[in-house]
Amino acid sequence: MRRPAASLIALALLAGAASAGDIAPGERRSGSAFMAPETQAMQADDTSNPGMLWVLQGAGLWGEKAGRSGRSCAGCHGEAVASMRGTAARYPALDAASGKPIDLTGRISQCRTERQGAPALARESDALLAITTFVAHQSRGLPVAPPEEPRLDPYRETGRQLFTTRMGQLDLSCANCHDDNWNQRLAGSAVTQAHPTGYPLYRLEWQSIGSLQRRMRNCMIGVRAEPFASGSEEFIALELYLMQRAAGMAIETPGVRP
Amino acid sequence: MTRALVSVPKTARRGEIVDIRAMIAHPMETGYRMGPNGAEIPRHIITRLVCTYGGDEVFAAEFFPAMSANPFVSFSLIAAESGTVSFAWTDDTGQTETASAEIVVS
Repeated sequence: MRRPAASLIALALLAGAASAGDIAPGERRSGSAFMAPETQAMQADDTSNPGMLWVLQGAGLWGEKAGRSGRSCAGCHGEAVASMRGTAARYPALDAASGKPIDLTGRISQCRTERQGAPALARESDALLAITTFVAHQSRGLPVAPPEEPRLDPYRETGRQLFTTRMGQLDLSCANCHDDNWNQRLAGSAVTQAHPTGYPLYRLEWQSIGSLQRRMRNCMIGVRAEPFASGSEEFIALELYLMQRAAGMAIETPGVRP
Repeated sequence: MTRALVSVPKTARRGEIVDIRAMIAHPMETGYRMGPNGAEIPRHIITRLVCTYGGDEVFAAEFFPAMSANPFVSFSLIAAESGTVSFAWTDDTGQTETASAEIVVS
């Protein structure tokens, strides 16, 4: 009885090795699992996690009236602890009006300009990052739960294609590193599996909090490709694919990364 | 708006050694960097942190350009009596930002 079972496992392993690509669900690890214990401790303790400074700023902005409407976020949504719990786990989501996917930052911007009637905040501005971090923080510990929306599927497919397409002067795709070589190191740094569970997150290298798009821009510059525009459809498609890929993993916002 | 996180235990026994932590949002611009137009970015750092406990200075630190942005400081204190633990960060521009927390000693 034992031998057939053992050979079956061997066969399965072979099959796994042959189709290099997707990471097996049991092997998925958050970027934080690759960090030094000191950096993990920094993220775990809210009094030493610098990302909490933006959560604090976001909490202030949540209650601040803005724009022609004279209303704050809290004026409609109430206490974020209840109303925003799980929100970040579902984004990017389908924007019913345009029929296109929209990310969390985009939704906050939309709410601000269209409903609050306030001047738009720049996409990577401290204030917009702070509100996004504050909202995403309300989902900390919850599993990533991409919406089961068939109209998003074509965008997810676009995202998957972008992820697996070689680009730039170095001619590398995201998958070359993050699917096939995540257990290796690149010039001393862990490669990681590129799960977007901690964003917006505090990077010690940036000395600031930053968005997932900023991180992807970094990677694109790294392979010497021209980065997509901030807030572009390509980035949102990639984000959709990454969230699908990380479905079920716990949200960590605000994460800390080296 | 001051963005600072201070961590002081709410309660402590008399004579207990407690951990105090404080972090403030600040760019800590070194003055050694150049902007995109080649112009120097002027230095803008916090130069001094003073912590008082019940009105008495118990901890002070001088900061220099090598400190990271959003500086984090941790030290310990002997809980002597109930009172306020206050922090004051002063930067190059002379601006002082403050934060405080209460500790109840029994």
